[in-house]
Amino acid sequence: MSERPQTHGQPHPGPKQYIAIASVLTAITIVEVAVYYIEALKPALVPILLLLSSVKFALVVMFYMHLKFDHGLFSALFVGGLVLAISVVVALMALFQAFLR
Amino acid sequence: MQQAGALGHTPEVEHTTTGLNHRKLLMWVFLASDCLFFGTLIATYLLYRGKSTVGPYPHEVFDIPLTSYSAFLLLMSSLTMVLALAAVQRGNAKWGRIWLLATALLGCHFLVNQGWEFSHFVTEGLTPRVNLFGATFFTLTGFHGAHVTLGVFWLTAVVVISLLRPATMSAKNSLNVELVGLYWHFVDIVWIIIFTVVYLLQPAPPLHG
Repeated sequence: MSERPQTHGQPHPGPKQYIAIASVLTAITIVEVAVYYIEALKPALVPILLLLSSVKFALVVMFYMHLKFDHGLFSALFVGGLVLAISVVVALMALFQAFLR
Repeated sequence: MQQAGALGHTPEVEHTTTGLNHRKLLMWVFLASDCLFFGTLIATYLLYRGKSTVGPYPHEVFDIPLTSYSAFLLLMSSLTMVLALAAVQRGNAKWGRIWLLATALLGCHFLVNQGWEFSHFVTEGLTPRVNLFGATFFTLTGFHGAHVTLGVFWLTAVVVISLLRPATMSAKNSLNVELVGLYWHFVDIVWIIIFTVVYLLQPAPPLHG
């Protein structure tokens, strides 16, 4: 009963790994807030923050939601919806020329 | 000893047309559709970003330390949620309930912070009707708050039902906890985006002041 849960042959992370991931997520959040306050980084604020939040997003989805270990159909469904959502955001912003502001 | 599949998320073989558990499949379809829901709300916020002609403006009302703390709360609630699932999958219902209640309490703390933030904004003169920023901000974060509220009720319901019917929190039935977990983690990742796009990437203050 002590073995780790697994799906499709890949073992899930254990509590220690989950805590390690939480530490990484917290550290990234601290960096995000620090970047926000550092004047010298203002010109690169958008790419830096988008990159950092993307890493946090991916860590939660892959390890906490277990998409990395689950059936590919779940990943396909979720990534499909996500890609559609991003497309909607980009299309609307392009339509209203919001990128130019 | 149970099969690994019984301990894991989904039994190895489901007697369904897809071979996958349909409740879990439905949850992922719902989350995919919710991506579109929040995508449109975020897009609307971005379209009207910096277009308010009257204040209050974001830089005048946002409290970044408070919001960062709220972001930290939701990240920690994701940790407690996944620890709850791991405990239930190991057959430890007691710790499963403890972690689930911790998750619900962290969610409540987040909601209290959001309520305080909203009331502070109203005091400062920012309401959904006063300008475009207020309308889009309250709509986006309000719907997220509603999702968190639903999640807190769901978490509490899972714990209460498990006390009345302990079998619902057995390792064999860990899907009950996994489904609320998927929903809760989704609420967390939406906040990851909102925290960055809305709070940290603020538009430049208007030149006319």
